[in-house]
Amino acid sequence: MTEPITLQQDETFVLNVGPQHPATHGVLRVKMTMDGEYIYNAETVLGYIHRMHEKMAENRTYPQYMPNMGRLDYLSAMSFNHGYALVVERACNIEVPERAEYIRVITVELNRIASHLVWLGAYVLDLGGFTPLMYCFDDREQILDLLEAVTGSRLTYCYFRFGGLYNDIDDDFITGTRAFITHFRKELKMYAKLVTGNVILMKRLKGHGPVDQNMCQRYGATGPVARGSGINYDVRRNEPYSVYPDFDFEVPVFTEGDSYARYLVRMEEMEQSLRIIEQALDKLPDGPINPKKKPKLIKPPPGDYFAAVETARGNFGIRMVSDGGKNAYRMKLRSPTYSNMHLFDEACRGMLIADALAFMGSLDLVIPEMDR
Amino acid sequence: MNIQDKTREALSTLFADMPSPEPETDDGEEGEEKPEIRGNGILEQDYHAKGFHLDVQLEPNQLIEAVRIIYDLGYYLESITGVDWIKEEQLEVVYDFSRYDFDLCRTVVRTRIPRTEPHLPTITPIYTGASWHERETHDFFGIVFDGHPHLVPLLLPEDADFHPLLKDFKA
Repeated sequence: MTEPITLQQDETFVLNVGPQHPATHGVLRVKMTMDGEYIYNAETVLGYIHRMHEKMAENRTYPQYMPNMGRLDYLSAMSFNHGYALVVERACNIEVPERAEYIRVITVELNRIASHLVWLGAYVLDLGGFTPLMYCFDDREQILDLLEAVTGSRLTYCYFRFGGLYNDIDDDFITGTRAFITHFRKELKMYAKLVTGNVILMKRLKGHGPVDQNMCQRYGATGPVARGSGINYDVRRNEPYSVYPDFDFEVPVFTEGDSYARYLVRMEEMEQSLRIIEQALDKLPDGPINPKKKPKLIKPPPGDYFAAVETARGNFGIRMVSDGGKNAYRMKLRSPTYSNMHLFDEACRGMLIADALAFMGSLDLVIPEMDR
Repeated sequence: MNIQDKTREALSTLFADMPSPEPETDDGEEGEEKPEIRGNGILEQDYHAKGFHLDVQLEPNQLIEAVRIIYDLGYYLESITGVDWIKEEQLEVVYDFSRYDFDLCRTVVRTRIPRTEPHLPTITPIYTGASWHERETHDFFGIVFDGHPHLVPLLLPEDADFHPLLKDFKA
């Protein structure tokens, strides 16, 4: 545990973490005012890869904007596709065939596992363990190969269409995914032995990086950060969309609110995603993957619309304002790590810098999604 | 009483001396014409069509009180954003709130300010996390949140003096 210390304002110095720092996993800068090894104050500086995606939405037609979704969160691009498809389908009242819904869920959950694997590997690497990264990337590679065969891309997917999908899955994908599930269950056990139970890891994480429920509410934290603080909140459950109500899965919640709790939430989530994929493959209906009736030109009626999905990092919401034209009048992208990272400034005060970086890793940052 | 009724009731104290607005008809058959600017008040929306439940429009000076009520009811702040209604010479600021529990009720609070004098009180004393959202809205729309502790550009460069999401912005 970090000893409570009295910080002296008059003996501080400024330390820049980033914008080119391996622990921030991208171009994020944190301006830290330090009292020795302890953080007196931290100010996160964003915007190094700001690309103004929201303005692009106003200059492009609705289908043209779909590829932007993959560029927001390069690790769980599929969920972002889903969120955007949902809001446009809601606005234009487009029905999605059942087979397409199931395939959406399968691909989103595979992508969630891939995203958590990158986080796990990189996080343990941050903490000084190199080997798990190799295993994680090996497993992730298998998911990427599966998804590449159906979507045509490895990271920045543009797989969803309004009302359906770009491409149907084939038998190779189904057998490949089933084989992956069997394989990955074994791997998860191996990760539990290799990483989760490791004494050094526990010492680094347990009791560090406290985030309580009130802090989550004030900052709007969602996803594994909220669930690691005892908040049972998962958009898939609280605000069911797509065919998620058809599946039996649990939402892992840990009450400790420390970095270790957030770690455990993600480890447990990978197992639950496997369960969802398994059930979806069992129930996968036949039929078309695109609706028979679909407007040729997407022109949502005037008004504003909202849709939210659960990405690997939390609640991704889109607020879309339409004036009835071909382009959106306003597109607000509410990304999860934006809110999750914001609480870092407050929560890291008084922490040792080494613990703060372990805390930052447990928030699972993806910078392009924060900067948009 | 479910949370939607509870929230509506708590917020309706703000509009005590105003007649309640006519509920919006959900078929958007009006077609080409822009819908009229709606008056202040609370609307209950069809969640499946819109994606949110309660839609509150209020005066800028009622904002703090409304956000306080919403905070006390346990909502978390999802986002803050602006919309530039250039034809009406107004900027709209939209606050999205949602809940962690299973009483699903998405609440939207919106207020309109003149384009020439875009000032709003900050809600950072209530929702600390509003800080970045307000800075972002300041970046993109030039809206000044009075009382904000650190209203400097967040996503734009630190010397940015342009507001790209305004409809009359030319690159």
